[in-house]
Amino acid sequence: MTSFYQTPEPAGFTGIKSWLITFDHKRIALLYLFSILFWFLLAVTLGGLIRLELMFPGKTVLSAQMYNSVFTLHGVIMIFLFIIPALPAIFGNFFLPIHIGADDVYFPRLNLLSWYLYMAGGIVAIVSLFSDGFPDTGWTFYVPFSISTHTNVSTAVFAAFILGFSSMLTGLNFITTIHKMRAKTMGWLQLPLFTWSLYATAWVQLLATPVITITLVLVVVERLFNVGLFDPARGGDPILYQHLFWIYSHPAVYIMILPGMGVISEIIPVSARKSIFGYKAIVASSLAIAIAGSLVWAHHMYTSGMSDTAVFVFSLLTFVVAIPSAIKVFSWVATLYKGAIEMTPPLLFSLCFIYLFSVGGLTGLVLGAAGANIHVHDTHFVVAHFHFTMFGGTGFAFFAALHYWWPKMFGKMYDFKKAYIAAILVTAGFMLHYVPMFVLGLQGMPRRYYDYLPQYAAGNFFAGFGALCMIAGIGLMVVNLLASLARERTAAADDPWGGVTLEWTIPSPPPLHNFDKDPEVMDYPYDFTKVTAVGSGAGTIKPETGK
Amino acid sequence: MASESHIIEYKTLGLTLAALLVLTGVTVGAASIDLGWVNVWIALMIASVKAGFVLLVFMHMRWEGRTLQWSFLATVLFLAIMIGFIFWDVAFR
Repeated sequence: MTSFYQTPEPAGFTGIKSWLITFDHKRIALLYLFSILFWFLLAVTLGGLIRLELMFPGKTVLSAQMYNSVFTLHGVIMIFLFIIPALPAIFGNFFLPIHIGADDVYFPRLNLLSWYLYMAGGIVAIVSLFSDGFPDTGWTFYVPFSISTHTNVSTAVFAAFILGFSSMLTGLNFITTIHKMRAKTMGWLQLPLFTWSLYATAWVQLLATPVITITLVLVVVERLFNVGLFDPARGGDPILYQHLFWIYSHPAVYIMILPGMGVISEIIPVSARKSIFGYKAIVASSLAIAIAGSLVWAHHMYTSGMSDTAVFVFSLLTFVVAIPSAIKVFSWVATLYKGAIEMTPPLLFSLCFIYLFSVGGLTGLVLGAAGANIHVHDTHFVVAHFHFTMFGGTGFAFFAALHYWWPKMFGKMYDFKKAYIAAILVTAGFMLHYVPMFVLGLQGMPRRYYDYLPQYAAGNFFAGFGALCMIAGIGLMVVNLLASLARERTAAADDPWGGVTLEWTIPSPPPLHNFDKDPEVMDYPYDFTKVTAVGSGAGTIKPETGK
Repeated sequence: MASESHIIEYKTLGLTLAALLVLTGVTVGAASIDLGWVNVWIALMIASVKAGFVLLVFMHMRWEGRTLQWSFLATVLFLAIMIGFIFWDVAFR
């Protein structure tokens, strides 16, 4: 059977051109994959420059002004061009329709438009770098600085505005697809958990993103027309900006993490050859995180000058979010308990995810408690916490998803040994990179500072060394994955892991229309009773290891 | 998609347009009478009614399925919560 790579090309649109006009969800997913990888690697490089600068006291590789621009760019690119779109746009696009037994998403043209908007947003972001000076506000664009600085904030903000539309359209597409295009025999409680997580995420994308797009327009309006919306001297309120910004940007971290949790919920039961523990509880916790996570935004603002009543309410609500998050973690661990576990690269990344995300979540409670928060607010503690959840969480889930679904997407299996070495390098580097930041934060080192007092030198040196290990690991991982594409002998089996969701019932890579006959939907999506052996011909994985 | 489309009569559209124009007039008229803080609430209520007409008739929400109607209500609820929760701050500063 011919794969979607051999799709017939219209006259005049051959080769790369045929990809640029494609409506196929799988091809669009790959367009996202390579464009997002580009931005990810660029932002990793910028992050490396930041740590290199801070590795030693005084000026190392960047001037102070350039340092401000580099951390702004690192944040803007990582948030808006990598973490938010990565899992939904790549793996959601590729696997959501297959998971529900559909041929494509409900609005294929809108899907392509989303990708073009994503690219347009990225291009505008690049333009903002080379006109009127690099933006230097940090990714939060806080007023009054973002209104008064002479750097090119308006263009950077406009880029985020365009990217917001891309995100909203993807969310709209996914919600409609799940409602309207499920296989006739597939009920809501037969959906794979990755699809459930995308569903919860899509609602947050659809409901919260308009708030940030409008808020960013207000920043541009302020810069161009000086209306005074956020100026107390003219009846405005600077804290209102922070409310509006975080009304989106806190739920946005759940846009980032929820699909990651969905990925882990797929990999853990497959790797343990065991039905997922607490399917319904995980589904409910995804929805609960989406809802409760939308009500906690002001925990970013305890020191902003807002009322003590608000501090109390938002602190309380923040603790509520920990409950559904913990339900997921306990469910994953309970799934592994007494399972027939087979170690694979995606499982190793998933296990690292569970540990790193748990540390990130628990340190989130330190920040959610108002008293402790005021002590460590705007210190390196916050930077470490954020990266433990977003990089240790979403980033590692992204790596796990890459290794889990790569054989299905490309029909090629990568080298396991190199994948393990990369995973160990990234994780060890990660710990060495971010744990010192917790200590630095508790010692009082502020975030975003260009230079520091001598007592912070050791921590910053270790963090810089950890960053280098991590970047080496990421480089090895990317090279290993890309190298698999060039090797004929590593063709992947249709079901290399022994998975039971619908993507493992079709060839690797999938055919153009996904299913040549109506898919057989199981009563329960994680029933492993029929799995007796791992597929053959799957790179370095041994067929006889299927227990 | 097209099989579920709904065609609205010109008469209904015209009446809705007329209602919106009348309510615009009422908004302008109400603004010219000084009722203190009540002015704002009157203006907001008229605007809400107008938005309701646009949604129900021009945007076909009246004839849509429950999923879409609930989706819309979810967005309204979300907006209400967003605005309401800001008052935990603004009202107690």
